[in-house]
Amino acid sequence: MLKYHKKKWIAMILAGGQGSRLLSLTRRLAKPAVPFGGKYRIIDFTLSNCVNSGIDTVGVLTQYQPLLLNEYIGNGQPWDLDRVHGGVFVLPPYQQSTGSDWYTGTANAIYQNLHFIQRYDPDYVLILSGDHIYKMDYSKMLHFHRQKKADCTIAALEVPRHEASRFGILASDEDGRITSFEEKPAQPKSNMASMGIYIFSTPTLIRYLEEDAENEASAKDFGKNVIPAMLASGARLYAYPFEGYWKDVGTIDSLWEANMDLLDPSKPLDLGDPQWKIYARNAVRPPQYIGRDAVVQNSIVTEGAEIYGVVDFSVLFASVVVEPGATVRDSIIMPGTVIRSGAVVDYAIIAEGCEIGEGARVGSRPEDTPDKSQWGVTVIAEGVTVAPGAVVPAKAVVDDDWSIGPPHTLDASTSAKEVGEVVRA
Amino acid sequence: MKNLLGIVFSNSHKHIISELTPNRCMGSLPVGGRYRLIDFVLSTLANSGVEDVGIITQTNYQSLMEHLGNGREWDLSRKSGGLVIFPPFSRTESGMYRGRIDALYSILGYLRSSPATHVIICDCDMIFNTTYEDMLLSHIDSGADITILYKKMPLEADAAKDACVLSLAEDGRVLDVMISPPVAGEHNVYLNIMITSKSLLEYLVSSCYSHNQYSLARDILQAKAGQYHIHAYEYTGYVSRLYSLQSYYDANMALLDPQVRRLLFPREMPIYTRVRDEAPVRYGLGSKVSNSLLADGCVVEGEVENSILFRGVTVGKNAKVKNSIIMQETVIGENSHLEWVMTDKNVTVREGRMLTGFRTYPIYIAKGSVI
Repeated sequence: MLKYHKKKWIAMILAGGQGSRLLSLTRRLAKPAVPFGGKYRIIDFTLSNCVNSGIDTVGVLTQYQPLLLNEYIGNGQPWDLDRVHGGVFVLPPYQQSTGSDWYTGTANAIYQNLHFIQRYDPDYVLILSGDHIYKMDYSKMLHFHRQKKADCTIAALEVPRHEASRFGILASDEDGRITSFEEKPAQPKSNMASMGIYIFSTPTLIRYLEEDAENEASAKDFGKNVIPAMLASGARLYAYPFEGYWKDVGTIDSLWEANMDLLDPSKPLDLGDPQWKIYARNAVRPPQYIGRDAVVQNSIVTEGAEIYGVVDFSVLFASVVVEPGATVRDSIIMPGTVIRSGAVVDYAIIAEGCEIGEGARVGSRPEDTPDKSQWGVTVIAEGVTVAPGAVVPAKAVVDDDWSIGPPHTLDASTSAKEVGEVVRA
Repeated sequence: MKNLLGIVFSNSHKHIISELTPNRCMGSLPVGGRYRLIDFVLSTLANSGVEDVGIITQTNYQSLMEHLGNGREWDLSRKSGGLVIFPPFSRTESGMYRGRIDALYSILGYLRSSPATHVIICDCDMIFNTTYEDMLLSHIDSGADITILYKKMPLEADAAKDACVLSLAEDGRVLDVMISPPVAGEHNVYLNIMITSKSLLEYLVSSCYSHNQYSLARDILQAKAGQYHIHAYEYTGYVSRLYSLQSYYDANMALLDPQVRRLLFPREMPIYTRVRDEAPVRYGLGSKVSNSLLADGCVVEGEVENSILFRGVTVGKNAKVKNSIIMQETVIGENSHLEWVMTDKNVTVREGRMLTGFRTYPIYIAKGSVI
């Protein structure tokens, strides 16, 4: 066998999720590749955390719509992961002599790539999710793991009690040793939630993954199967308490909120920290231009954007154009989208390469929507043209070109269902 | 395009804008919010498919080398060839160059070993965008020995100080080259870009060197205009030449015109530059920005009008920046007021300061100053 340089630790990023709750935004790309925060994609946060924590070998496990993610990661250079020994590797499912398998669960995905891990003979393996927004120094977590002589350390943070049943909830003793772990419990025993970040001592990982693979009843999932099995057999599992900003951007609402959090200086997620940069593959565009009569406040905007209209509480990506007289409020506008004169966009996520026609109206403000059950963030999928004067109601999800309007046919009480479109439950 | 070798002089003209170049060469002059002057010439070469580029430096080239790295951003990090930087004294017989011929002589070995048939020689003294395929074809078709790029443009007296003005025959043949002539009005101005065959360049450089001649413009273009067929190729695109502090100011401010940006930054011919991984610009609650260009990494809480903000500039609350060029990492304190000002990199303007220049005399504040 080829001799590889031994590594103290390597990271494996689970990036195969379809992100079906992101609806039309993940029609053609995997969730970790969804644009975020003006110039990033979601996976940039995890990749940058790895590099900033001193990890130089990273496997990215892809499965769903991998093309864009493959292209985006490329040779890893933007994250300084083009290395002579190690670097970043995209690991899709593959055919083996015994047959081919899709990744059937998080644990199975790692299990199928054990040979990749073993090449580097690491002492520790860090397992991460590619769809979380946060900054974290994993080297501190590793220090904790070694101090506790743990078999596995799980990063955990406090979540509000009423949200606890959405997470893997763990309880630990005074020393931090985990005493119970329940995946999405109906009656949570605590509010310490697993962040889906694990450090394993390598021999333990291999042992439990092999055992799990033998177990036909297992769903091959870390949270559901592997961690409970380890607990049951008395392995040393520790909870590493994390304090700081962390968000799972798995839904339209959480994606919208996480983007808006960037506009709030009181939220502890500073993109500008020179000591902990978030790296991304950059668009080659000139600086942004703000026109003579433009009004831009409470927003973040990046290279190549041209703004002549009004932008407030919004996140604008590369090369977005907001024409004179157009208004964008409380919205996320992804690369290359054009908002024509007089159009009004409120509480919307508009994907890449869309055109919002003159005088069109996309989304609405909660205060203008009498029936709050009809209100929500509007989503426009990649490449959609909204015709001049058309109206896209709140909470609608538009996959194809849209020309329904004009406004008088659609007052605020008319739900999108009546115009024959998809509305989220 | 392996048949065309690019040679870029990163230092020439620097004496012309001495305020901005005490510690940097012309090539590393910051322009347009996120660029260095050399980005324009390098991107035009890269967009023309030129794969081998030699950069000749003379003094103060540290910032340039840092900027260029291995040339990856311009796709010039190639397995063989690609970007090569030549500092002075890179060979035993080279030293401080008196002129371009001295410098070319010192890299004769590099020229000889290049697989190219033709060489394009460029300076770093203008903001422009083009490709060279047509110029090379025209050079070959015309049968000329040397083809030089020019533009018909109005020339003010002070601009002529650093210009070569061409007198041309009807068929485009160069009849005479006037160096820094006492003229004004519309003229054919040489844009300091020339194409010639590699073999002729090698011959001319060796022969001039043996006669102790070192000026490319004087000893080749001017002196040999009769002897050789020098053809002028017209550039019709956008250009702004940098030949003084005022012209530097004007060239930057011209980028606020959408028409100029459309000509300079077409999507299919991008201007590449070094990536700095800055966060997007953040506009605060009280920000009021109009007719301005801003690069990533800026934080704006105050007012910005008719200005260019380079990467990482901070404008504090109630501060006002008008008609100004604010270079990288400058901090403008709260309640300060700047008008007709150029701050170099890393300047700190403390709270409540007032700085006002005039349109024809913008104030320049040196790198790292604290006010």
